[in-house]
Amino acid sequence: MQKIKPFDHLILILGTLFLCVPVLMALMSSTHTAVDIHSNGLFITPGSNGYATYEKVLTHRGGFTGDVTGLLMLKNSLIMGFGFAIGKIVLSMMAAYALVYFRFRFATVLFWMIFATLLLPLEVRIMPSYQVMSQLHLLNSYTGLIVPLLASATGTFFFRQFFKSVPDELLEAARIDGAGPWKFFIDVLVPLSKTMMAAIFIIMFIYGWNQYLWPLLMTTDESFYTLMRGIKSILQVWVGSQIPDYNEAFALAVLAMVPPVAVVVIFQRMFIKGLTESDK
Amino acid sequence: MAELTLNAVGKTYSGGVKAVSGVDIQISDGEFIVLVGPSGCGKSTLLRMVAGLETVTDGEIHIGSRLVNQLDPAERDIAMVFQNYALYPHMTVRDNMAYGLKNRRTPKAEIETRVAEAARMLELGQYLDRKPRALSGGQRQRVAMGRAIVRQPAAFLFDEPLSNLDAKLRVSMRMEIRKLQQRLGTTSLYVTHDQLEAMTLADRLVVLNGGRVEQIGAPLEVYRKPASTFVAAFIGSPAMSLLDATVEGGRLMLEGHVLAEVDHKAGPVTLGLRAEDLRLVARGGVPMRVEYIEELGAHRVVHGMVGDQSLAVVDQGAEAPGDLIHIAADPARLHLFDAATGQRIDVRSRVGEFAR
Repeated sequence: MQKIKPFDHLILILGTLFLCVPVLMALMSSTHTAVDIHSNGLFITPGSNGYATYEKVLTHRGGFTGDVTGLLMLKNSLIMGFGFAIGKIVLSMMAAYALVYFRFRFATVLFWMIFATLLLPLEVRIMPSYQVMSQLHLLNSYTGLIVPLLASATGTFFFRQFFKSVPDELLEAARIDGAGPWKFFIDVLVPLSKTMMAAIFIIMFIYGWNQYLWPLLMTTDESFYTLMRGIKSILQVWVGSQIPDYNEAFALAVLAMVPPVAVVVIFQRMFIKGLTESDK
Repeated sequence: MAELTLNAVGKTYSGGVKAVSGVDIQISDGEFIVLVGPSGCGKSTLLRMVAGLETVTDGEIHIGSRLVNQLDPAERDIAMVFQNYALYPHMTVRDNMAYGLKNRRTPKAEIETRVAEAARMLELGQYLDRKPRALSGGQRQRVAMGRAIVRQPAAFLFDEPLSNLDAKLRVSMRMEIRKLQQRLGTTSLYVTHDQLEAMTLADRLVVLNGGRVEQIGAPLEVYRKPASTFVAAFIGSPAMSLLDATVEGGRLMLEGHVLAEVDHKAGPVTLGLRAEDLRLVARGGVPMRVEYIEELGAHRVVHGMVGDQSLAVVDQGAEAPGDLIHIAADPARLHLFDAATGQRIDVRSRVGEFAR
């Protein structure tokens, strides 16, 4: 048996604490009142105000219009997250399918052009994108929020590499079995890509969930508020003697963590299962 | 079921490389044809052209009475078995076999019966609901064959289907394939680089070299009368020894010793000798220095040098490396090839053995 090395464990324990304590603090602090937090700092013990805070955060109508509840923001964030993840998977799979399996001119050049866009962050093209959306009258809509960011070089790259690793004989067998391009894609490639899809889903869901700048620009209507903007707006009310509702911000942050964590947990299982069981 | 006709079939890649050229083969209904040759001889390309996976740049391929040059693989009414099986990893054995039929909108009940029938034939009944990864190599290969059988195609195409199996399994699968093909009577085209596999399976062999047909014939015919030095060296194990010899005044001379009398003009020839056609004689004959011995149990193969040319002899004796032995050949079993072109020279050896 391997000897237990106390020093190694110490490092591991420190690392774990480093990552977990802030999360725990956020969770615990959210159960105290704002005044309490303001005067005593952060807590790592549970308080008594938890239920009230979360209820208020989820159902209290806030904002200028007085319509924005935590639930609404949660819904919007989920729409963003799922819209991004699903849209990006569908789009990049189809793009990669075309790049790998169809012989057309400049396919490689096209691929590298797509790949090169990885170098450009969203911020570089944010103004032109905004203008296009505005001229299409898609401001303040889910379509406008999601569609412009759907093209994914990362996803296309991953799926392309994956498709390239699928043996050609599978395609040939399918052709002999009478499966056309569409049937081969749906019946063979999509089921084979399950692991890949799970991995991309995790990445893209969190990418969509964490969007802040783009929704800020695209939507002026408060009914499109996402959780990320909600947290920010709670902390923005520092006017005069008013204390920001720290507890609510923490509660929102905790709520904002739940869906991504759930997605990771659920898909990770699929991901690992696929990795260990698949053989092509 | 149908006959298969290849008419001056050729394949030139866009770079100008000729992979296959001028292949003429007539395959009658129910025949088992094996394409054999070393790697890179174009045998797989030829098969894939018949399957429709490669375009045909020259000539015509007919399956039955249809010209199939321009048809999709699916429309050619063929089924193919791949070297790496190419089973759909996410589908059960049943779905793997049924997939081709489903795509052709075969009625459900019909699919059921055909799959059940194929599973029974291949003894796969208990594995129908398993995924390919839960099967052994031999079982996977059987599933791949099942997938071909259920389609009831005009022709089976096999692309080195046994190469991924271990030696023992290969022998038994070879037998199974042969029995199955005879039972079903489906025209088959089978590609292999293994000459033993080719000999044992084929009704007729097609020996390919450099994209051209060297010889077409029944296994024994090819074995006994190889059309060229290439075929001679490729078919048979141990390989036929090819030696430089000369004909002088109607006598076949090997390293200065007379081996037989032949009716051929004087000059250099290439002499082909099969190890089992040679035997030891007490004196006379051609002296050979023993180099090493392959002990095979039933017999032994003695490798040695005649002059500076190597030769193999099958023997039961007890010679050891370093011994000098004398060998003689049955003149009827000598093979002569043109020294320049390597083509077979058909000559009658006039009299019996010389080295008596």
